[in-house]
Amino acid sequence: MSKIGHAIHDMHHLDAMAAGDRWMNRVHPLMKLILTVVYVMAVVSYDKYNFKGLFTMGIGLLTVLAAGRISVWRHAKGLGVVMLLICAVGVLNPFYDRTPMYLLGNFTITGGMISMMTLLIKGVLTVLASYTLMVTTSITKLCYALRLLHIPKSIVTVFALIYRYVIVLLKEVERMQQAYQLRAPGQKGIHISTWGSFIGQLLLRSIDRAQIVYESMLLRGYDGEFRYSLDEGEAGKS
Amino acid sequence: MHMADALVSPAVAGTMYICSAAAMGYAVRKVKLEEEEKKIPVMGVMGAFVFAAQMVNFSIPGTGSSGHLCGGMLLSAILGPYAGFLTMIGVLLVQCLLFADGGILALGCNIWNMAFYGCFIGILVVWKLMMKNGISKKRIVAASVIGCILTLQLGAFSVVLETLSSGITELPFGLFAVTMQPIHLAIGLVEGLITAAVLCFVYEARPELLWHADMLTGTEKQKKGKLSYKNTVIILAAAAVVIGGLISLAASSNPDGLEWSIAQVTGSTEVAADGTAYQAAEEVQNTTAFLPDYAFKGVDSVLGTSFSGIVGGLIVVAILLFCGYIPKFKQRKRKHE
Repeated sequence: MSKIGHAIHDMHHLDAMAAGDRWMNRVHPLMKLILTVVYVMAVVSYDKYNFKGLFTMGIGLLTVLAAGRISVWRHAKGLGVVMLLICAVGVLNPFYDRTPMYLLGNFTITGGMISMMTLLIKGVLTVLASYTLMVTTSITKLCYALRLLHIPKSIVTVFALIYRYVIVLLKEVERMQQAYQLRAPGQKGIHISTWGSFIGQLLLRSIDRAQIVYESMLLRGYDGEFRYSLDEGEAGKS
Repeated sequence: MHMADALVSPAVAGTMYICSAAAMGYAVRKVKLEEEEKKIPVMGVMGAFVFAAQMVNFSIPGTGSSGHLCGGMLLSAILGPYAGFLTMIGVLLVQCLLFADGGILALGCNIWNMAFYGCFIGILVVWKLMMKNGISKKRIVAASVIGCILTLQLGAFSVVLETLSSGITELPFGLFAVTMQPIHLAIGLVEGLITAAVLCFVYEARPELLWHADMLTGTEKQKKGKLSYKNTVIILAAAAVVIGGLISLAASSNPDGLEWSIAQVTGSTEVAADGTAYQAAEEVQNTTAFLPDYAFKGVDSVLGTSFSGIVGGLIVVAILLFCGYIPKFKQRKRKHE
């Protein structure tokens, strides 16, 4: 399966998980959003040498994941990419902070080693907290929560529409890329001579599609306002 | 360049949320004036387009590696800076809330680093200035490349400042900046060339789709092509607040060149002076300096440094505006006479 094919597959799987009927999916989306933000704030507020406190926070989150029967292994690869910048930022800490903190036999654990470890733990915990939110809350419920927080309707509607159309356009890109690769076998990526026309074609088709979408919405009574509700069936009706 | 939550402290994240929310509020207000109802579906589909287009690998000749599209510049060149900015916020929200790419707490930082610079600096400053005398393929290429390089450099520099201000890394400022900036220079160049290729294609196929294309080729281009005074002031003010509030945190506590020289001669960074005049001057300074040594009086807090940076900038602006007003006032007085 191609990279785009994998992305589409993962999105469908996340959609299915978010639409599930577990107890965590039934918790009010605003409550989940606020709890996630509070948890993330608490995790990042810990001192860079306080790995014991972070350990407690980690156990708390793992308990929630286990109680909600949420598996992280399936999407672990995708979440790992997020950790790259964190690793790059923290990897040199042991070389700059050599303050001795603990003695493990003959081995001295320095402040830099602990701060690097806490940074990585913070990275994993914050990513897992966001992951828990996204696999237990559907897009319409998230939109509902964002509107309750008075996020402007234009932003929330754009957010919902991007998600609704991203799979359609990803499929279009996959078809275009497949057609290109069949004509240029063994070539990695799109050649410089076709950079403009390849994405340009997709752009023009997307703009035309946007016009059709807008006209269809008008025909269905769209008056500039999307009304989101906790009931999935009612959401998006104008 | 998506920042994760672990890279920011709550104070820095909160500051950047406020900055991004202010820019968002301004953009929402501007889009409302530009047929918001009609623009929203287009913004949604275009956001999905950027998302999908970023999955395409463009091979870079002679390197064996590949590059991606720069979303902010491209979106704003089609939708305009305000709708483009809101669409980029939508894209970043989807990446954050549905793919955990970029943290919830760091969302304000990511909006500022990736959407604000691309849409406001890239389009309202670089693009508008370069298209002042009409649109052409050469100008599109130049504006796209310069815009992408500049906005990525600003974004990468902001990542350095935000991470250092959060006290996350032990890396010294110089080494961190020297690592981040050249990498993003190369990325900016490639992204700029891809953006230029796409925009040149649009210019040839459907030029009317480009933002203000009618204005840039029409008779009103001179009048409207100029960056308005109000927009310039807003962009510079936002940049000043961020620079004053965040860069001041990364300011060195070591003595500056003059202080260092004095320290070499006298053993202290300040010269002790005796005499009534000096004492009187010191007393006046102690009374008037409400932020001594760039901090709140008696409080050793980083917020004091940020606050000093912002307040200092505002005072300089107020003095300059006052100085600029004096000649005008004199001119009016002469006219009356």
